[in-house]
Amino acid sequence: MKNSQPKLQNLRPPLTLLERLSNAVGVSGDEEEIRRIVMEQIRPFVDEVTVDALGNVLAIKHAAEPDAARVMFAAHMDEVGFMLVEEAGEGSYAFEPVGGIDQRQLLGKPVLVGKDHLPGVIGSKPIHLCSAEELHQAVPQTNMHIDLGPGCASKVKIGNFATFATRFQRNGDALFGKALDDRLGVATLIELARLNPGNLEILFAFTVQEEIGLRGARVAAYDFQPDMAFVVDSTPAFDLPMVQEDEENTQYNTRLGGGPAIYLSDAGTISDPRLVQFMVRLAEEHRVPFQFRQPGGGGTDAGAIHLTRSGVPSVSISIPGRYAHTPILHASLEDWKNTLVLLNLVLLHASRSILTPDR
Amino acid sequence: MDKIETFLQSLLSAPGLSGFEEPVSRQIADAWRPLTDELTTSPMGSLHGLRKAASSTPRPSVMIAAHMDAIGLMVKEIQGAFLKVSRIGGVDPRVLPGQPVLVHGRRQIPGIIQMIPDRFLKTSAAGSPPDLSRLFVDTGCTEKELRQLVQPGDLVSFASTPMHHEGGYISGHSLDNRASVAAITVCLQELRRYQLEWNLWCVATVMEEEHLLGALTSTFALKPEIGIAVDVTFAEEPGLKSYTTFPLGKGPTIGIGANVHPALHRKFTQIAEEIDLPFAIETMPRGSGTDAMAIQITASGVPTMVVGIPIRYMHTPYELTSMADIRRTGRLLARFVTSLEEDTLATLFAGGDR
Repeated sequence: MKNSQPKLQNLRPPLTLLERLSNAVGVSGDEEEIRRIVMEQIRPFVDEVTVDALGNVLAIKHAAEPDAARVMFAAHMDEVGFMLVEEAGEGSYAFEPVGGIDQRQLLGKPVLVGKDHLPGVIGSKPIHLCSAEELHQAVPQTNMHIDLGPGCASKVKIGNFATFATRFQRNGDALFGKALDDRLGVATLIELARLNPGNLEILFAFTVQEEIGLRGARVAAYDFQPDMAFVVDSTPAFDLPMVQEDEENTQYNTRLGGGPAIYLSDAGTISDPRLVQFMVRLAEEHRVPFQFRQPGGGGTDAGAIHLTRSGVPSVSISIPGRYAHTPILHASLEDWKNTLVLLNLVLLHASRSILTPDR
Repeated sequence: MDKIETFLQSLLSAPGLSGFEEPVSRQIADAWRPLTDELTTSPMGSLHGLRKAASSTPRPSVMIAAHMDAIGLMVKEIQGAFLKVSRIGGVDPRVLPGQPVLVHGRRQIPGIIQMIPDRFLKTSAAGSPPDLSRLFVDTGCTEKELRQLVQPGDLVSFASTPMHHEGGYISGHSLDNRASVAAITVCLQELRRYQLEWNLWCVATVMEEEHLLGALTSTFALKPEIGIAVDVTFAEEPGLKSYTTFPLGKGPTIGIGANVHPALHRKFTQIAEEIDLPFAIETMPRGSGTDAMAIQITASGVPTMVVGIPIRYMHTPYELTSMADIRRTGRLLARFVTSLEEDTLATLFAGGDR
C-alpha cells in the first residue's frame, strides 16, 4: 500500500458524489438518507463503521502502529429545512423551520416532503390580491403554507420533514445547490478516507443535528476521544455587492476563490493556534491558496467538540459558500479542490508533535 | 401523466417572456399543426391556428385566445460580477430571494437572485420586503465573462422545474397562461372528430402581461364574430377565500360583467349544465383583466366571453392548478364550438340586445 498516495496535483473533487449528496434530503433529526450514502461510500476505505445513538456515522481507519495520534475529522450531514406542524386543509400544511432560515427566502419555493420526496410549494399570495400595505411588509413565516395539492392527503403526516427541492447545477467553477453547507464537508471527508497515511488513528465523524445546536458532534467527540479535531464546514462568504456603491464592506469574512478558509475564532470556538499554524505552514510550503476566516459570529461543530471530556484542540476549515441556509448556495470548485489538497497534507503530516509546544 | 400534462410541462419549461415569446410559440405550433388546417404567425408574433368550416359558402368565425407570454425579469445593468434586474409584468419582489433563474445572454446562464444576508446588515431588515433595487443575480461568472455574455435588455426567466402532484395537480411557473394554451389544445383535440359549421381561430397571443398587444392586433386581423379569452383566475388558497377566489379542481369559471356578452354568458352556462360540467360564475364587476379587454373593443367591437381556470399563487415562481380543470375547460370550449350552427349568429345576438 506504500505507493497508494494520490499525487496532490491529480486530486479530483468527487463532483458526482457531491451532486448526489446535495440533492439528497437530510434535515436535522432526519439524516437517514445522507447516512445511507455515507455508509455505502466510506465502507470500502475504513476499518470500522458504526452508527451511534443519535445517528452519527463514526468511521475509523486504524493506525499501523500502536499509540498513534487520534485525529478526528468532522462534517455535519444535516441541513436546514422544515417540519409540517398543522393541517390547513386542501393539501396545505403550516410548518416550522428547522435551523435558521430567513423567512424572506421562502415564498414561491418548491420543497420535497417526507421520505417519498413528495413535491410541495411554499405558496405566495397573488400580487393582484395584496393590499398596498401588505406589499410593504415581509410575509411572516407563520402565515405561509406548504401546499402539496389537494390529492396528497393519505401520504403526508404532521411531523414530516421537508426541505428545498433544489437540483445541483454547475456553471464552470461555480457550484450551485442546496445544503452545500455541509455536504461539501461530507464529500470531502469521504474523499480523505481514500488516503492511507498509516501513522494515525483516523476518526471520521459524520455528525447529525449541527444546525440545531451542534448536538451530534458532542457525543461523537466523546466516543472518539481524539487528540485533535479538524472540522470541515462551509462558512458564509460575504463578498457581495454592497447596497450603496460607496458603502464600505465592514462585515467581510471570506471570499469565493480565496481558497480554504481557516477559522481563527467564531462565536463557538477560539481555534487552537497550534493547529492554525500547522495548517498555515503546510499551505505555505506547498503553495496551496488559503484565507483566514475573519473572526466573528457563526460557528461549527468545533464549538461542541473542543469542550468535550477534558478538552480537544480543534480548528475549523471551510469551503466558503454564499447564501447559506437559502434554497441555493454557491461555492467554488477551485476552493473545494484546494481544501482537499490542504486536508490531504494535514493527514499526511499530522502527528502528536504538533501539539507539543504548550498552547 | 397523460399527453396533455406532458405537453403542458414542456410549455412551462420554455421561456417566452412578454415580447419574446418565440421559444414557447414554437412548441405550441408543433402541437397545433396536426390539429389545424392552417397555422400562421402574426407580424407581432401571435400564433393563429385555423380550423376551417366544412361548408363551401363563407361562414362566420369564432376566435379562442390565450396568451402565451410569461412574466419575468430583464437585465438592467452589470455591477461587478453581479446583475441588477427590472421587472417584466407584475412580479412581487418578495418571491425573488433564493429564486433560480436563467439569464438569456449569448448563451443561457444559470443564476440565482439574492440579497445581502440579514446578519451582515447593521440594522435587521427581516421584517421588510426585499427591495428590487437591492437584489442581484449571481451567475458564478466573473465580471469579464459577464460583460462578454450579457448586456442590458437580456431576459431573465424563472427556472422553476414543473412538478406533478398526487391526484392530478401540476405546479410550475407560467401556468398563467400556458394552462389555458393546454386547454385550447384539448379543445382542438376534441374537435378532431367533428366537422365545423363556423371557422375556428385558435390564437396564442403575445404580450398580454404588457399592453394586451397580441389580442388587440390578432382580433383586428382575424375579424371574428365572437371572441373568447381563456385565462387563469384565482383559486382558493390557505388564508385566501372570498368571492374573488374559486375552488381548485372544481371546474372552470364563466365570467359575467361588462367585459362578457350576456348572450354568450347564457350560452356557456347552458352548455356546461347540459354536459354536466362543474363550473363557477366569476363576477367581473368592472374589467376582466384578460385579453377579452382588448378583443371587445377592437374595430367595431366584438362580443366576448371569458373562461377562467383557477390556479393558486398566480404570478409567482410556483403556480399550482388541476389538470382536470384544464381538460374540462377544453371540453367546454369544444362543446361551444360544435354548438355553433349556420344561423347561430342571428339567433344568439337577435336584435343586438345585450
